[in-house]
Amino acid sequence: MKAFILSFRSEFYKTRKTMAFWSAVILPLLICLMVFIGFLNHSENLAKLPGPMLWLEFAAPVLVVMGSLLLPMLIVFEAYSVNNIEHKAETWKTLFSLPLSKWSVYSAKYLYALFLIVLCLSLFVLFTLGFGNLLSIIKPALRFNEYHTESTLAQIYLKLLLSSLGILSIQFLLSLLFRDFLKPMGIGFVATVAGIIMANVGWKYTYLFPYSHPMLTIRGLKPDNAGNGPDIPHITVDMFTKDIWVSLSVAVGVFILGYFIVLKKSVK
Amino acid sequence: MVIDTQGLSFNFGSQQVVRSLSLQVPEGSIYGFLGPNGAGKTTTIKLLLNLLKTGEGSIRIFDKDLESNRIEILSQIGALIEQPAIYGHLSGRENLANRALLLQVPQSRVDEMLGLVHLKDAANKKAGKYSLGMKQRLGIALALLSDPKLLILDEPTNGLDPNGIIEVRELLIRLVSQYKKTVFVSSHLLAEVERMATHVGIIDKGELLFQGSIKDLEAISQPQIRIEVGNTVDAANFLKKQGFTVNDVNEDHLSMPFISKAQMSEINALLNRNNYQVFSIHKIQKDLEKLFLDITQKA
Repeated sequence: MKAFILSFRSEFYKTRKTMAFWSAVILPLLICLMVFIGFLNHSENLAKLPGPMLWLEFAAPVLVVMGSLLLPMLIVFEAYSVNNIEHKAETWKTLFSLPLSKWSVYSAKYLYALFLIVLCLSLFVLFTLGFGNLLSIIKPALRFNEYHTESTLAQIYLKLLLSSLGILSIQFLLSLLFRDFLKPMGIGFVATVAGIIMANVGWKYTYLFPYSHPMLTIRGLKPDNAGNGPDIPHITVDMFTKDIWVSLSVAVGVFILGYFIVLKKSVK
Repeated sequence: MVIDTQGLSFNFGSQQVVRSLSLQVPEGSIYGFLGPNGAGKTTTIKLLLNLLKTGEGSIRIFDKDLESNRIEILSQIGALIEQPAIYGHLSGRENLANRALLLQVPQSRVDEMLGLVHLKDAANKKAGKYSLGMKQRLGIALALLSDPKLLILDEPTNGLDPNGIIEVRELLIRLVSQYKKTVFVSSHLLAEVERMATHVGIIDKGELLFQGSIKDLEAISQPQIRIEVGNTVDAANFLKKQGFTVNDVNEDHLSMPFISKAQMSEINALLNRNNYQVFSIHKIQKDLEKLFLDITQKA
């Protein structure tokens, strides 16, 4: 456990000044800031909307991009970055000749990539809520403060996180095995596009393909109006759908497979 | 023995890179692991660090089996493999600090090491901007950070200038004589090993051709007689006709195997009698460089 904590801290120490870490912070900040500016400029039109609709309008653009391309690509990038730092410096051989178990080195690296995704998604929730509330202060006509969306938003992002774990394990393993960017990036990109298409045509086995899970998560968010009146959409998040189970199974399966590959693999 | 391998073999695919290697590295020695490029030195070092899976044979380090005591053994080894592995986006100090964190070594060791390898002034510069020699020194500092009992260094003087080479050599000798460390150092330069090693192993095409103390190596080098004569070619032909072996002939001297002092005197007399002008005749030790070539070429 100690070796794991040391390895994890070292991962942070190594990446703290790189884009691997800062992209997880800057990306949500920039995107939420852009939507914020958009709302600020169109506040007159938006002032008509009730609180729940306003939040929906505010969060939706990010969520749609997120579910289609942004989240899978972010994962491709982060999984690549945490591994590339060792490929580039040729430090795999030193890392695996330190008195640390291979399990600690491997799992700390994986969980650090996961941590970056969690950090990024948490910041999306935080900035969405923060900028929304800031808008209602700057432009009181925008009635963001009328409705509380914290719990729903957090649940949506949590489901997005779970839906992306399968992709993370696959991309992490690819980036560990291949030192050039094009292979994991190319495979990740093609698979993501395939995933989006599958989710959009509604093929009945789409739920088995990890790269379509974020898209399935977003498409599965159907506002229902029950109990809230006709104009007030209410979103319920069905957390553990079958695609999420597939995502979790792939994540665990590929993660364990990756460990055995690391054990067997010769370090060049 | 600090390192003791028995019948160690390793294949890359169908190509056998290390063949039945039995290394014996005694405690407190500087073991020079010599061989031409591509002889299997780095592969052997990677096997000793458990980076490559042993095909056949066994590796014992500090009298313990490497496979089953990996972490315990690695905690007492400092290593530098091929080009130093350094994070280019971190400064020299940060590279050491990161390693200190992983090895749970106090951060005060970092400055101590920077001083030792003369990198204090460049400590805050990005290591990616270092010269090859500076990177090599940082690599050595990283290997020494945990104060290991055994140092395994793969061509540590690569890329160093003459001053740097002397510094590394003196550092290694000091580590062994004052701090009772054991050093396993690979090199393709005999002269370098000759100057610091107490023990030598010579490897070529994955096979160990010689192993022993530096004195053993000198002992097997056959002494020669070196004769300076007027007409070397004629003299050589004459001696051959008389049934002697002549190894080498060039413009101003010829050399032949030394057998005894009496025989040396006999050759001298023979040449003089037959009107070959002998300017000098003396016994020489074959130099190690030549011996090394002989040993590696014979295989």
